[in-house]
Amino acid sequence: MATETLTLGKALNTGLRRALENDQKVVIMGEDVGKLGGVFRITDGLQKDFGDQRVIDTPLAESGIIGTAVGLAIRGFRPVCEIQFDGFVYPAYDQIVSQVAKMHYRSQGKVRIPMVIRIPYGGGIGAVEHHSESPEAYFAHTAGLKVVTCANPQDAYVMIQQAIASDDPIVFLEPKRRYWEKGPVDLDAPLTDAYPLHSARVARSGTDATVLAYGPMVRTALDAATAAAEDGRELEVIDLRTLSPLDLTAAYESVKRTGRCVVVHEAPGNLGLGSEIAARITEECFYSLESPVLRVTGFDVPYPAARVEEEYLPDLDRVLDAVDRTFGW
Amino acid sequence: MAKGDPGAATRSKRAAPRTRRAAATGEPELVQLLTPEGERIETALGPDGTEYRVDFTDEEYRGLYRDLVLVRKLDAEATALQRQGELGLWASLLGQEAAQVGSGRALRAQDMAFPTYREHGVLYCRGIDPIMPLGLFRGVDQGGWDPNEFKFNMYTIVIGAQTLHATGYAMGVAMDGKTGGEDGEAVIAYFGDGATSQGDVNESFVWASVFNAPLVFFCQNNQYAISEPLERQTRVPLYRRAGGFGFPGVRVDGNDVLASYAVTRHALDTARSGQGPSLIEAYTYRMGAHTTSDDPTRYRIASEVEAWQAKDPIARMKAFLLKQQIVDESFFTEIDEQARTESVHLRERVLNMPDPQPVSMFDHVYPHGSPELDEQRARFSQYMESFEGSAH
Repeated sequence: MATETLTLGKALNTGLRRALENDQKVVIMGEDVGKLGGVFRITDGLQKDFGDQRVIDTPLAESGIIGTAVGLAIRGFRPVCEIQFDGFVYPAYDQIVSQVAKMHYRSQGKVRIPMVIRIPYGGGIGAVEHHSESPEAYFAHTAGLKVVTCANPQDAYVMIQQAIASDDPIVFLEPKRRYWEKGPVDLDAPLTDAYPLHSARVARSGTDATVLAYGPMVRTALDAATAAAEDGRELEVIDLRTLSPLDLTAAYESVKRTGRCVVVHEAPGNLGLGSEIAARITEECFYSLESPVLRVTGFDVPYPAARVEEEYLPDLDRVLDAVDRTFGW
Repeated sequence: MAKGDPGAATRSKRAAPRTRRAAATGEPELVQLLTPEGERIETALGPDGTEYRVDFTDEEYRGLYRDLVLVRKLDAEATALQRQGELGLWASLLGQEAAQVGSGRALRAQDMAFPTYREHGVLYCRGIDPIMPLGLFRGVDQGGWDPNEFKFNMYTIVIGAQTLHATGYAMGVAMDGKTGGEDGEAVIAYFGDGATSQGDVNESFVWASVFNAPLVFFCQNNQYAISEPLERQTRVPLYRRAGGFGFPGVRVDGNDVLASYAVTRHALDTARSGQGPSLIEAYTYRMGAHTTSDDPTRYRIASEVEAWQAKDPIARMKAFLLKQQIVDESFFTEIDEQARTESVHLRERVLNMPDPQPVSMFDHVYPHGSPELDEQRARFSQYMESFEGSAH
């Protein structure tokens, strides 16, 4: 049995439930995560079943959430913090960058901060300002943090459990516009046999060009690949999954075959993940490239008003346009 | 000293011969058990009517004096080492010895402390080798002690950040069911007057209050945040801030080691018994510079420093020991000699501290490592090795 069709949100909820069952030291904390079950209901029902000592409604202050979670982690707990929206993580930025990321290093390994910071991120839901941002580069730039993001229900279910089980502090980015998308989830497969957390994965095989995407853009890239196939062009889509450390092993192998590479993300292009990825692909695959690595990203503007976000966000057509350009070089 | 529980504050019904009430109207008074002249006050009343007193043996009084002198001497040695180029920086505790030794000795073995970067006296009381912070300020490491072994967290340089860590840790103590009895655990968070303006400190007040965390906020009000006087941080006495957050606050004479001990011990025991957090404002003075990079003559006048000199924490303890005939002059000679020996020893060890291997900068970034870093480390090692044998 055991394979069920779940939304990505429900898969996260089920993964969190498993983590709470498996380790008494796991605590969930954040704003509205208790009775309400979170504004996206990702923690729905958990406080009811595990109590308010393990699923903690916190005061409304993000630095406080992360800072107290540091203390809990020093005490031996494994805090899973929810930041309600991407644009609200910045009050906690100091605690994340100066404390969470550095404790293990400064203590020469004596103090571990096995913390997961869950952040619903990205746009596409018609939200008001501060509710649609993609802050991954800030965290991926910080040594001591690891950053991962899931793109489908199966990965959501497994990766959240892997992140919680890890002793590394992990920023776990959840593609909020994909919360309601459904897919099969194998609920019984043991974590020990699961695909490694910090590994990218080929989401669709192809021969003509390589498209690298993560989080909410994996679905967009796959849709682009379907459309390209109708025109006789086979795109290989790689779901990066881990943004820090980056795992580009599969990407290098792919680009050496295809000679063409497009990186897609919602975050603004300037100094975004795509910049680092393009640099590394160029270093590793220089003699295989038929064109420069191209980026399809959000523009270098503040996240715009919702009525124009469709034009801001990379979509199928912009991905295909970039693929076309790699062929026209 | 401070073995067992000799000095715990009690709510004595007995009418003491000398009782002082803190915090009447107007300028708040301090909880004080030892005047600058070395006179003992039997009992002091806190603003909420708590009676503070200590009941130390002569040996324990001598132990406190020894602690005060030793931490001052080691601190002076560190300042000298910085002046001679052996440390990159030093944040001196000069003037704050009583607040630190008093509160540090009030901690029970199971209590956890979260320091700033100036708590060398508390560190000493926790039994940590005093060379440890010198490694940090010399630049050979970033603080080498094990926070869980010594129940003393790493120094925290970002102002106020550690108060949230202390609060979370204290929440964890309660979640572990470790409050409620004599053997319960309590947590202490150190910070300064400047930190009280930080968001993190105010958030930790909220958190500790609503979660009833077993926590003591210990604010050393040394009157200055680098150059900025207290008036730039607050218009009310700092200890009164606690009221707005829903827990008690008290101002203690931070240059009085006995009162600092009594007030802290009482607050810790209240916390460990499950009665929640409190705030102690230890009213003291930073006699030296903020750090060795600072020049306090630019922002404060000599007469102010002289006025505080007259309230020196060590001089008053010395006067008390002599008046009470607890010691004779030979005791002071002996302590001074011990302090001198320890500081010479400290100096020798600092000068012999090896620089870390450059490649060690890649260690401990992540508990589980990172393939990217492994690759960077390998390339860096290869690069460094390429110089071997050359005369670079």
